Amino acid sequence: MSITGVSAALSSADARCAHRNDQPARVVNDFSIQVATVNGSGSQTANNVLMRAIFQMGVPVSGKNLFPSNIAGLPTWFTIRASAAGYIGRKKETDFLVAMNPETGVEDVEKLNAGAAVVYDEPLNLSRVRTDVTFYPVPFDKLTVPVCPEAKLRKLVRNMVYDGVVAHLLGIDLEEMRKALFKQFGPRKVKAAELNWNAVQAGKRWAEENLTKQDPYWIERLGNSGRQLIIDGNSALALGCVFAGVTVLTWYPITPSSSLAEALINYLVRFRRDPETGKATFAVVQAEDELASVGMAIGAGWAGARAMTATSGPGISLMAEFVGLAYYADIPVVIVDVQRAGPSTGLPTRTAQGDTLKNAVLSHGDTRHPVLFPSSPAECFAFAGQAFDLAERYQTPVFINTDLDLGMNNWVTDPFPYPEEPIRRGKVLTAEDLERLGGFARYRDVDGDGVGWRTLPGTPHPAAAYFTRGSGHNEKAQYSEREDDYVNNLDRLARKLEALRGDVPQPEVQLVPGAEIGIVCYGSSRYAAEESRDQLAREYGLAASYLRLKAYPFTSELERFVEAHARIYVIDQNRDAQLLGLMRLDLPVPLLGRLRSVRHYTGLPVDARSVTNQIVQQEGL
Amino acid sequence: MSAAAAPPRKTNRLGLEIISYKGGKTTLCAGCGHNAITERLIEAFWEMGVAPWNVIKLSGIGCSSKTPAYFLGLSHGFNSVHGRAAAVATGAILANHHLQCIVVSGDGDTASIGLGNFMHMLRRNVPLVYVIENNGVYGLTKGQFSATADVGSRQKNGIVNEMPPIDCCLAAIEMGATFVARSFSGDKKQLSAILKASIGHNGLAVIDVISPCTTFNDHEGSTKSYSYMREHEEPLHDLDFVPFFEEISVDYEEGTMREVVMHDGSRLRLRKLDRDYDPTDRMHAVAALHEFETTGEVLTGILYVDKTRESFTQSLGLVDAPLATLPQDRVRPPREALDQAMEELR
Repeated sequence: MSITGVSAALSSADARCAHRNDQPARVVNDFSIQVATVNGSGSQTANNVLMRAIFQMGVPVSGKNLFPSNIAGLPTWFTIRASAAGYIGRKKETDFLVAMNPETGVEDVEKLNAGAAVVYDEPLNLSRVRTDVTFYPVPFDKLTVPVCPEAKLRKLVRNMVYDGVVAHLLGIDLEEMRKALFKQFGPRKVKAAELNWNAVQAGKRWAEENLTKQDPYWIERLGNSGRQLIIDGNSALALGCVFAGVTVLTWYPITPSSSLAEALINYLVRFRRDPETGKATFAVVQAEDELASVGMAIGAGWAGARAMTATSGPGISLMAEFVGLAYYADIPVVIVDVQRAGPSTGLPTRTAQGDTLKNAVLSHGDTRHPVLFPSSPAECFAFAGQAFDLAERYQTPVFINTDLDLGMNNWVTDPFPYPEEPIRRGKVLTAEDLERLGGFARYRDVDGDGVGWRTLPGTPHPAAAYFTRGSGHNEKAQYSEREDDYVNNLDRLARKLEALRGDVPQPEVQLVPGAEIGIVCYGSSRYAAEESRDQLAREYGLAASYLRLKAYPFTSELERFVEAHARIYVIDQNRDAQLLGLMRLDLPVPLLGRLRSVRHYTGLPVDARSVTNQIVQQEGL
Repeated sequence: MSAAAAPPRKTNRLGLEIISYKGGKTTLCAGCGHNAITERLIEAFWEMGVAPWNVIKLSGIGCSSKTPAYFLGLSHGFNSVHGRAAAVATGAILANHHLQCIVVSGDGDTASIGLGNFMHMLRRNVPLVYVIENNGVYGLTKGQFSATADVGSRQKNGIVNEMPPIDCCLAAIEMGATFVARSFSGDKKQLSAILKASIGHNGLAVIDVISPCTTFNDHEGSTKSYSYMREHEEPLHDLDFVPFFEEISVDYEEGTMREVVMHDGSRLRLRKLDRDYDPTDRMHAVAALHEFETTGEVLTGILYVDKTRESFTQSLGLVDAPLATLPQDRVRPPREALDQAMEELR
């Protein structure tokens, strides 16, 4: 029996695919693959191998895992986008579906555009759903049994069979897939790798013998991956912390930041043991809650450690009181917020930029905090170092806002450059300094930047001590309820924020001469923004300048950028246009009328088409 | 004409006078038990000859938490947020595990808002002295019951507490503290001996001190009043403390005394009273506290000592130098480490 692709009645609707003689034009290195499985079935490994094999063929690729807040049994989707043009943001449409989940199969197929292709588990009988896509039924169970004698492993190994089938259909180099697979399993799990490799080969062989290629999608080698590598944002940020010299990590498990803390612990154990004694140059505490984790980090920062905690929105909410203390008492601490979709528990495994506004002003009273917005693994790595330097230089909490998309998904990146700049520990007086000076006033703004000099507990000098408190205090750190002391202190803290403007990572700006509109984005929205600019130019002849913010407080470049354009589209991955809201607080009133909002808050990463559509609509095109 | 030479001032083994261990003037009510505890702390640190610049003193929020401003003016102090000084102190000790740390807390701080942090500090056996200035009442907000108020205890306005109290000492023993004591702010000798012994303990010392609130909880019907404590304090033993740098001068008749040698070599001598109480026996300690729950008597003294359990910082296997001041070459791995991490991901 030979099973060929059922279907094929390609409608002419999609000109990209249809060819006059019914032979579809080849679509090479420019499409998206979606794999629909059940969570807990081990599909993550198969998906990573697939992505890595394409990566090793030199094709720009991105992978996004859309998973439920659950351990086993609920639907999960993995999307791989190959784009020779280098677009690595999410693509809304799926071109090539691997349908393994009986629960979602029909709906997954219904969502496809005409001309898409579907590999599916034969018993699901999905070819009945529609006629304008290409179907490849595959008897996965039958193929799995011979290569996996152990019944309880079949559920896992079965997923590797689709890797083989897809490799055949898309023309993925099997040798690259083999390398990717053995890389994925690592040197300690060679036996498991071999078992899985057999499954890949079984899929490939069966597809060769039984399937006739009828869809237009192909992966073709563009070279090799060179020095590039694949890493998730959380691991990149963790590495950044290791090389930034973090000494205290306190944390409480929460998706999607747990993997950051866990990656950091692994790297610390490997790279931060004293070579002579084997002792740790770091301390890690898994705290009882986020109140304690940030409290410990603040205590450690106060006593001179490079201290950090990592969390997500619900944890940030709990930390609010303590962050106000650190702000008001001038204590350095780095807080990483891997954002997820709120409010409340919200969608714990979906992405959002929902804490933009909150983190900038977290806690009661007048509070403002620097917030860094990394957009890539390379920036996760670099900003970690900058965050610690800023926290100690300015003696204040510094937030790093990433999100689930950046943090938990795998990204292709160039290797991170080794940090050449020395670690900056900020204004700390030693016993010798005190001997020379005779004393100091903890909160006196001697340098005009709002930052006083501090001493660390344990400094062996009778003049070293001062009293830290979250209650009102004067320059000498004494308790005070005086109006002038209170005002002076708040004004000093405001000066700190002004000084920070020039010291936080500066925005990336691309001005297009004559462009009437400008796009402002931050963090992981950059990929959709960049692609949307091309869509606007290509499809609508609309030129758009571009400014990507890397931090709050904003620099003067933002104001100049807004001034230079008639209309500014601010991309937010939240409902309430939070970045735009922060801009409204900061920018001169006459400019506010130029601001328009582009928002995306489905829990999925923003895609270029959604951005383009919203801009086009507001432009009245 | 010259004045007569002043008599030499008394100094401790560091050559410091007691004034070096004092702090700002107290702003608490006259007669507040907390002020007496402050005095005992000043004496204890001075007599033990602890370098004040090597001490950190932390607190939460409340009347008790104001007191670190009143002692050890040459030590770094931190008046943090309500109930969470335990967390802040834990972090500070991670940054520099050579610091001598004292946390002053209240019953609202410890037994209510900060109960979670307190419990987990116990589990970790964080090396610090944790003093609970326990008056059974929220003083700074004017007289509400706290979670340590006894059943039947009466507020000034007549309201009677019906909720069972949280016994912080019982919790401390059960959850992993390694030095647990209860005392009374008015029992100068006992409290002094306990505080000095706790300074020499390498682990978590929890000291619950009944400290009457003269303004809101010192009336008839209160079980945390001066008069109630004078009538109902039930010491387990008479305490004598001999610091590690002094010779033992008094000998006891055999069988009348138990001795606990602290980590620093100081000796705490427990002279038997009505019972033979062994503070190293955990079950004994728990049973004794339960036994006294319903009698209305308040058992004081050294309840429990465990010198076998390692402290939190010991269990973390830290380098000897404080993490806070490690130089860059000890905290930034070499270029090859980054190269290796990158290569693994290719």
